[in-house]
Amino acid sequence: MSKVFIGCGAGFSGDRFDAAGPVVDTLATRDGERFLIFEVLAERTLAIAQRLRMADPEAGYSPYLDYYIEPILKNAKENKIRIVSNLGAANPVSAAKRVHAIANELGIKNLRVGVVLGDDLLGVYSADTVRELPTMEGISVGDRDIIAANVYLGARPIAEALALDVDVVLVGRSTDAALTLGPLIHVHGWAEDDWDRLAQGTIAGHLLECGGQVTGAYFADPGFKDVPNLAEVGFPIAEIEANGDIVITKADNTGGLVSKATVTEQILYEMHDPGNYLTPDVTLDVMNVELEDDGPNRVRLTGAKGKPPPATLKVTVSVDGGWLGEGEITYAGPNALARAELAASVVKRRSQILGIQEPLRVDIIGTGAVHDNDMSAKRMRKNFPQNGEYRVRAAIRSVDHKTAQRISDEVQSLYCSGPAAGGGVRQYVSHQVSTASVLIAPEKVMPNVYVQEISS
Amino acid sequence: MSIIEVPLHAIAHGRAGDKGNRANVSIIAFNPDAFGLLAEQVTEEKVLNIFRHRGASGVTRYELPNLNAFNFVIDDALEGGVNASLNVDGHGKTLSFLLLGELILLVPKDYLPTGSPYL
Repeated sequence: MSKVFIGCGAGFSGDRFDAAGPVVDTLATRDGERFLIFEVLAERTLAIAQRLRMADPEAGYSPYLDYYIEPILKNAKENKIRIVSNLGAANPVSAAKRVHAIANELGIKNLRVGVVLGDDLLGVYSADTVRELPTMEGISVGDRDIIAANVYLGARPIAEALALDVDVVLVGRSTDAALTLGPLIHVHGWAEDDWDRLAQGTIAGHLLECGGQVTGAYFADPGFKDVPNLAEVGFPIAEIEANGDIVITKADNTGGLVSKATVTEQILYEMHDPGNYLTPDVTLDVMNVELEDDGPNRVRLTGAKGKPPPATLKVTVSVDGGWLGEGEITYAGPNALARAELAASVVKRRSQILGIQEPLRVDIIGTGAVHDNDMSAKRMRKNFPQNGEYRVRAAIRSVDHKTAQRISDEVQSLYCSGPAAGGGVRQYVSHQVSTASVLIAPEKVMPNVYVQEISS
Repeated sequence: MSIIEVPLHAIAHGRAGDKGNRANVSIIAFNPDAFGLLAEQVTEEKVLNIFRHRGASGVTRYELPNLNAFNFVIDDALEGGVNASLNVDGHGKTLSFLLLGELILLVPKDYLPTGSPYL
């Protein structure tokens, strides 16, 4: 059975738009079944897409779809590199139509696009039914308005879509690892209880899903962990054999680094119990994983173990999270810390005078603020140089836009009404999404999941 | 063999991730020989002390000797996480370097990589 090559072109919504080019160029030279994935759908990203769809029924797929797909679609089609992505977000059908439109613009003939549907619970159940599902983590949904409720689908529907013989598969919410495991199930024909191979496919997906995070990006620490040419970091490619053995490598002629250290950091990224990483396809156990150098920028991974998946599926429920208001201002030079501290106390006092009830945080950036707490407890215990450069940052959350804006404006007013020589004010007031993870029985979800080819 | 006092950053690296209000930080030894020393000195209690000011309520340590690594899961360390935090980094992505910087170890000099700025 042939080896499968899977490259990753994006690790989050907003990742580099040109990273996939060298991945496709590299995959084009490899002999075997080849796939390109784009992972662009964080928990909140889907809620934002759902809001876009509510405003326009044809919208709701990733607003970056064109930026990722247009540069590589022709090359991928000509070289039989199939694309699997969650660019479908809240509207995979419209995303598929948009991919057809791009293909027409580029003169690509006979492109076939499939979608996976059924992750959107609000398409099937009432908001009240969703409210009753047991909460696993995050906020309590209570009676807040639900923006989106999507279940994490596994790899099987993606494999079914590939069996339609399509060039592109677009999904909404599935596990990130499913984008990789789906193609592996499709090509290697791994059975539903082939736990160890499914585990290897899942860890391959886990390593690919954050793009450059396994190839030296988010790793570099100069003098301790040096990475060549980070500005042109090559995105990852996994080579996966039918027995599940994996080699992690990266696009040819790029910067970055694949080493046991880069791979180890990514294995444990966002992992809690490494013996029980839960997915709808398999419970992954990485406790006995072994890594081996396999030439320059190549690391072989074996030994992931699999167990049956949990009895329930995870659903992300998104609700309105109110407003986050922030404002920043800088003080520099002699006695800068004292002026920054005065500015911080002025903003706090102004909040009291205005009768604002919500908790306010005021940081002094340059004093370890990001590692501190809401009361700046660590700063209070330590001495920092009085002279230097410090940035005051105020932040508040409110259900009400006006309050968030007001605190941001209070920082701005320090220009004329604060301590000496404050400069460089920036204000941010942003609408937030809050999420809860709830659990649902698969039999309430899977009957509604189906795959379909979408023609232009 | 001479023993020096250094932060964890001198002999290990790691990465932080979030799920809800829970953080995880991986700690990986540069030199595989240092695994035992880390197991002895980087305890759940010491890690909890470093995150306690943020409201952390508990730490679980997982040992992965094959990978020269540990995974620390720190409950309630994220001030509510991206749903609720007022921190400029609501995800707690910078927290790996809080642990690497504040946990102080006694280490034989040989365990530091050659040319380490800590030597």
